Amino acid sequence: MEVVLIFLVGGMFSAGFYLLLQRRLAQLIVGLGLLTNATNLLVFTVARLSREGAPLIRTGSDQLPESVSDPTPQALVLTAIVIGFGVLAFFITLAYRAYKQIGSDNLEQMVSTDLLDADDDPDDELQGELQSGAAD
Amino acid sequence: MSLLIVTPIVAPLLAALAGVAFRERPVVQRLISLAGPLSMLGSGLALLVIVDSDGIQATNLGDWPAPFGIVLVADLFSAFMLLMAGIVSLAALLYSFATLRERNIRFGHYSVVNLMLVGVSGAFLTGDMFNLFVWFELMLIASFVLLALGGGRRRIEGAVKYVAINLLSSAFFLSGAGLLYASTGTLNMADLSVKIAQVDNQGLVTTIAMFFVISFGLKSAAFPMFFWLPASYHTPSIDVTALFSGLLTKVGVYALIRTFTLVFANDVDFTHTLIMVLAGFTMVVGVIGAIAQYDYRRLLSFHIVSQIGYMLMGLSIFTPAAIAGAILFMAHNILVKTSLFLVGGLIAQFSGTESLNRLGDMYRSKPMIAALFAVAALSLAGLPPSSGFISKLALVRAGIEAEAYVITGISLFVSLLTLYSMIKIWNSVFWRPAPQDAAGPVTEKPGGARLALMLSPALLLIGLSVVFGFVAQPVFELATAAAESLIEPSAYVDAVLGETS
Repeated sequence: MEVVLIFLVGGMFSAGFYLLLQRRLAQLIVGLGLLTNATNLLVFTVARLSREGAPLIRTGSDQLPESVSDPTPQALVLTAIVIGFGVLAFFITLAYRAYKQIGSDNLEQMVSTDLLDADDDPDDELQGELQSGAAD
Repeated sequence: MSLLIVTPIVAPLLAALAGVAFRERPVVQRLISLAGPLSMLGSGLALLVIVDSDGIQATNLGDWPAPFGIVLVADLFSAFMLLMAGIVSLAALLYSFATLRERNIRFGHYSVVNLMLVGVSGAFLTGDMFNLFVWFELMLIASFVLLALGGGRRRIEGAVKYVAINLLSSAFFLSGAGLLYASTGTLNMADLSVKIAQVDNQGLVTTIAMFFVISFGLKSAAFPMFFWLPASYHTPSIDVTALFSGLLTKVGVYALIRTFTLVFANDVDFTHTLIMVLAGFTMVVGVIGAIAQYDYRRLLSFHIVSQIGYMLMGLSIFTPAAIAGAILFMAHNILVKTSLFLVGGLIAQFSGTESLNRLGDMYRSKPMIAALFAVAALSLAGLPPSSGFISKLALVRAGIEAEAYVITGISLFVSLLTLYSMIKIWNSVFWRPAPQDAAGPVTEKPGGARLALMLSPALLLIGLSVVFGFVAQPVFELATAAAESLIEPSAYVDAVLGETS
């Protein structure tokens, strides 16, 4: 079973990286989702996959029996899933905002922050901020 | 005792929650938001004194004995960083009191800042690998929000890049932590420091170390993983840029120094040589990038990258003197970089632009700002009498003592280029007459109390940098003591694992 998951994790990582290198926002989102979950699966696999018994250390031993899976990485994965889910949800919202703002989901059009001198930016937030300040 | 270690995590958290309750009351929100920085400053100072007299302090959360539970540890390095983080976040908050739009305050700006501080404090204090991951994520999620808050095309684009790259870096971090647990059976850093040497397959340990180099390298913007930083740091409001430049990348460097002294210190020939190569490229590429820029904040963003190289250089030489130099340089950089961004905010406030092409003649119209910039810029380039000189001197001397001539030579050369790009800003913003198409004056100029509030944080930070230069002896001794306990982690291990180890 571990062998299957190892190849699955490898496949998910490569698919994720492939998608990161594409041009569209949607592909970026799916790619990042794949990467996050590939990581979760990796940590899960590390714990050994077994349905045998509770993870109890026998009296006189200081190690978990080989046949039982280790609960710690599973607890870590649980935390990581929650964090990954939250961040990905935020990223999807952000990507939607970016799509609305730029009018395109092509990442190659998102270059306004890479210009040498971005002072010609038509909707520059700096101006608004300088004008308003703390007016209370 | 345990209360003191937990305070800088709990106080900002409570401040963030209380801030949400007073959503419509900007004045109350401002007052509440001070709780985070002040608690970090206070407990950082107190911990420094206590650790200096009584040794390293550790607290088991939930009273689970280490290495099973999560442990918070304060040694000299983490207490010192906590203190510096408290100072710069206080300065950035004071500046934002005078400049932040009320709209952003209603969006919860100050609560998010405090949440970020929770993550920063946690990352400085934790003694557990996975817990470090969680603090990092907390800090990053808060920084995502700060970066995107307010909207606008540039800000959203910057945020997309920043979030994407950080998700990638987190994936590497978590993979590394999982594999580390698989090969050692523990995540407690002190325990790892003991057990990592007992792993049979040392090649695997080095591979895992690379996961952490990539992850922390991404977070601290080291070569070749720095492109996200100059693409996003100049987009948010100026107080946010100042806060980020003082805190976020430095937390990445802190994590690198912590893990590569405590945990991955067995294969120094390979790992630290690699870090040294990265450090050299980071310094050179960062400063060359900076020279090409014509936007004040973008230029300084490239300088952040360049200076990360100096900190990595200290780590990679791996002698007590070099790590002391790296710690001094971090402290110096936190102060000076933040103050330069705050000065940039003042420039933009009075001239309405950040483009070097459209600025000029500010030496005559605003001599105070010119003076602030000059002192900070010379400190950044490493001229005496300032923190920059002392910390670069410490690094260079350590480099020569360790016979690492190439990296030392690069660092001196890069200092020269840093000075050049600072002179470039000086010439175009302050020295030359205003160009024909100079930006028109801003309609509403700040005056009186508001102006004082805007000037005071930069003044405070630059003043500290100069004081740092004049009373270098105690600070230098502190950094040396911190570095010695990093290189020789037995005191740390004993403090965490107790006498049984």
